[in-house]
Amino acid sequence: MSALKVENVSKIFPAANKSAAVQALQNVSLDVNTNEFVSILGHSGCGKTTLLNLIAGFEKPSSGRIECAGKEVKEPGAERAMVFQDYALFPWLTVRDNIAFGLNLKKMDSGLINQKVEHFANLVGLGAFVESYPHQLSGGMRQRVSIARALAVDPTVLLMDEPFAALDAQNRAMMQQEMIRILAEESKTVVLVTHSIEESINLSDVIIVMTRRPGRVKEIIRVPEPRRMVEDTPSYLEVRKKIRDLISDEHDLSDIA
Amino acid sequence: MTSLSWLLNLRRLILLAVLLSCWEFASRFILDKTQATLLPPPTGVLAGAVELAVSGELWKHIRDSLRREFIAFCYASVAIPLGVMMGCFKWINEQVDPIIEILRPIPPIAWIPLSILWFGVGNTQNQFIIFLGIFFPILLNTIDAVKNVEPNLIRAARCLGATGWNVITRVILRAALPQIVTGIRIGLGVGWMALVAAELVGANSGLGFLINDARTVLRTDFILDGMLSIGIIGLTIDRVIRYSAKKLMPWSRALNA
Repeated sequence: MSALKVENVSKIFPAANKSAAVQALQNVSLDVNTNEFVSILGHSGCGKTTLLNLIAGFEKPSSGRIECAGKEVKEPGAERAMVFQDYALFPWLTVRDNIAFGLNLKKMDSGLINQKVEHFANLVGLGAFVESYPHQLSGGMRQRVSIARALAVDPTVLLMDEPFAALDAQNRAMMQQEMIRILAEESKTVVLVTHSIEESINLSDVIIVMTRRPGRVKEIIRVPEPRRMVEDTPSYLEVRKKIRDLISDEHDLSDIA
Repeated sequence: MTSLSWLLNLRRLILLAVLLSCWEFASRFILDKTQATLLPPPTGVLAGAVELAVSGELWKHIRDSLRREFIAFCYASVAIPLGVMMGCFKWINEQVDPIIEILRPIPPIAWIPLSILWFGVGNTQNQFIIFLGIFFPILLNTIDAVKNVEPNLIRAARCLGATGWNVITRVILRAALPQIVTGIRIGLGVGWMALVAAELVGANSGLGFLINDARTVLRTDFILDGMLSIGIIGLTIDRVIRYSAKKLMPWSRALNA
């Protein structure tokens, strides 16, 4: 079943001077099935974050249509919760209240909210830190809070915008493993934007490689053994080489231009 | 260890002590009697303060001044909702901004003649002048704070299900709070200065009245006592707000810096 449908979406950022208008996306179409993990991979400036912002409803497509669970996307909503690169936690709320933020908006019973907060705090391994404030936590822990907060509202699609890019290498690898564990316990449809080939291979069912600006879908790659890929095995290396070649093609083009 | 750091702290007062001693020496042994009336020694100022405190006069003036400051602050706090609206809604800002821009550079003291004609001499006139002093710093800081709320915090709230009003009350207002408090601190400081000016010319009580009244009877010691009280109370108000803001908003980097 399709959880998210992007149909022929283009996005042009207008400018005062017409020739300076930027076409960020051109006729992008993709289909994300329920409980599928899709990575959008591309160089910086290829419009992958723009695409995610359109899906989230932060911006409107210039043409085309985005559907989430059969309903057209018109504005942001909890069925498309996002995890941000800079965490975007509310600094004045404790971990508990950050996770409860979306639940409070749903006017849920407070007992049920507490139950859910406990569940998701434990799921991301922060059960002992619910009374802490974000500024007391490390970067990796903050991103865990952000993931718990987004999962708590039970989104149809979880959107992730380079969620581990601000972390150091060890933390990044650990958070990827954590993400695999979390998804094993809590199946979710996920759209992840990243520029890391390894990250996309480790986490995804499907990898969408984008072209340089204007962003188009260059190729859709199915990962042979999703979330069980072992680094340096032949199948891993094969997928990686394929993606690398696709991406470096793009690199050459931009160097000439 | 603690007693040692106490001693080190006292070291900061060396220059002050030397200057006070010079002052004491000068007005006792160098200045002639008329000159000494114009500059009484520190011990004389202290004696005056004791006299004012014992007679209860000092407390009465302090109470009246503080009450005016407080009432004016209550009225001026309307600047907070106004500032939030101006920061959030462009059309309100468009309409109100030109008026603010013209009124803002007029110092509160410049309103004294007009306000005496409008309100006569007394509390209302004083409070009006203080109001002007407090209002603009709070308003400008609130507008600025609201405009500078981290955009990703608003996006995060919206993709967790927050809409219009919830975004303002649960995110914008909270995120802007530290800078609004800074506005209140500055405002109360400016208001306190304006208060004394207003009381100099248009009041029958208050610290401003006290020092002007003491001038007519040549009680220089009372003038200095009044001035010191104004300084100490202004400092205390500022410190109390800073301290309570730190306690109430431990997450705010702006206040902890």
